[in-house]
Amino acid sequence: MQRSFICLFLCFFSLFARAELTVEITQGVDEPTPIAVVPFAWSGNQALPDDIAKVVGDDLYRSGMFKVMPRENMLSFPSDRSSLYFRDWRISGSDFIVIGRISESEGQLNVAFELYDILKEERILGEDIKANRDNLRAVGHYISDKVFEALTGVRGAFSTRIVYVTAKQLAPSKHRYRLMLADSDGHNPRTILESKEPILSPAWSQDASKLAYVSFESGRPAIYIQYLATGKREKVQSFRGLNGAPAWSPDGKKLALVLSKDGNPEVYVLDLQQRRLTRITHHFGIDTEPSWSPDGQSLIFTSDRGGQPQIYSIYLPTRDVTRLTFEGQYNARGRLTQDGRFLAMVHQNNGSFHIAVQDLRTGRVDLLTETFMDESPTIAPNGSIILYATQEGVRGVLAAVSLDGRVKFRLPSSDGDVREPAWSPFR
Amino acid sequence: MRAMNFGKATALALTVVWAAGCSTTNTTDTDTMGGGATTAPTTTTQPVTDSSMSGTSMADVKNLATIFYFDFDQTQVKPEAAAALRGHAKYLVANPSASVVLEGHADERGTREYNMALGERRAQAIARVLTVNGVSSSQIELVSYGEEKPVVMGHNPSSWAQNRRVELKY
Repeated sequence: MQRSFICLFLCFFSLFARAELTVEITQGVDEPTPIAVVPFAWSGNQALPDDIAKVVGDDLYRSGMFKVMPRENMLSFPSDRSSLYFRDWRISGSDFIVIGRISESEGQLNVAFELYDILKEERILGEDIKANRDNLRAVGHYISDKVFEALTGVRGAFSTRIVYVTAKQLAPSKHRYRLMLADSDGHNPRTILESKEPILSPAWSQDASKLAYVSFESGRPAIYIQYLATGKREKVQSFRGLNGAPAWSPDGKKLALVLSKDGNPEVYVLDLQQRRLTRITHHFGIDTEPSWSPDGQSLIFTSDRGGQPQIYSIYLPTRDVTRLTFEGQYNARGRLTQDGRFLAMVHQNNGSFHIAVQDLRTGRVDLLTETFMDESPTIAPNGSIILYATQEGVRGVLAAVSLDGRVKFRLPSSDGDVREPAWSPFR
Repeated sequence: MRAMNFGKATALALTVVWAAGCSTTNTTDTDTMGGGATTAPTTTTQPVTDSSMSGTSMADVKNLATIFYFDFDQTQVKPEAAAALRGHAKYLVANPSASVVLEGHADERGTREYNMALGERRAQAIARVLTVNGVSSSQIELVSYGEEKPVVMGHNPSSWAQNRRVELKY
């Protein structure tokens, strides 16, 4: 993805975005691709619970790479090739068009969609998808993934999911914490754990079937693993002191975590099959927030061994430690993109905390956010978007920014304070 | 830094290293934090003198401060906490079966897991003052809540100052 980010532009556009809270996308320096997503024709009697074309249009718009034609500007709603007049759509300024139709037979829905290049007057792709009334949003995200990949060359991540933590004060000393699972657009939220005590640091297993997280439900911090399909869970670590920051290895066999059982926060790796614990860091400073490199050979972690929190990398075969961040006095909670090239992190700048990204090849650091008290960056599995937690008034909300800083959006806020997002891997 | 008077050479060295680290934190923050209006609330207790023969029953401890405040990204115990902590230590030494839980907390700034570590550091700093005053470490339990349990919700220096604390609970 092109990194044409310019700080001045960002500052200007973030002001713009703040003035209009409903504005989801800030203007980029490149023109987004104009596309029309026509309402899908429906031949059944009973209205469908979800509008697939709207799901697709919203997904593409939110990616920041597309300008989606408003429905009210459409002169017609073609649903197949025979009713599609390329010239009309060309005049209206669209480069691409998605059309589709939904039919029902014997209780099952069939969703057919097609993507056309309006300028070339060519069909790019199309597919028939079996569906039912309960999974139409998922079908929409699937179509978005296909369209996005066909037009950008980048795998779509609209079908992935997110987890996050909500906190609500019910009475002066009564709190409710919930670990929530939702679609990547924030829809379909469901509670997967509820507690009176804090929950934090949720982390996905690489196959997206399990979560590890820290829960204080016993009065002390402990690390749990929870299976999403069954809800079954197990306590994997509860030593004296800190038990925190779990991170699954890319092969799914190990969990990096932080323990202070030896008196000091250190990074360990727990082999989940053999239940063997290996200490990785040895320093009297704080070592925490481990995260794996995509090849599983290194861990990045936050340490104040240099006097302030900075991000380091430890190469596991030799235990060689390399400092990664040098710009600014506080860089923490690093996360690497799947190609290992970019490091997203929390960066303190002039006393305020923002999300920054460092190009590990060139060393260049770009500040991506201008919102307030930004933390907990998590990268979409296709590397396109960083989801993070920020503050809006006295409430925590989730917001997102593209890796190049051009695109910003905020997730629909739900009940209470929202924090600690974690974006699932591809399934 | 009263606590350091009792410290062993190694502990002293460590504390100095931490202090050195802390002193290099963002000056904007420390300046703000150091301002009169934004300093942590001072403890609201009568000092307990070492020479006093009292201080060994729960009634004496009841009047002592149980919340101890810290500066931003710092883990040093403030001098004004010393008297109250000596009082708690005296009680715990006289009552070996009594125990305390030290709950460490951080303000909302910075990352959650780092703040979890910071909260533990603060609880450890308080624990060190107790142990150098003769309390057995088996009487002390540490729990860090990081920034997860603020007492004040505001996003401003005075709220942050009240949230950076260790709570001593019997």
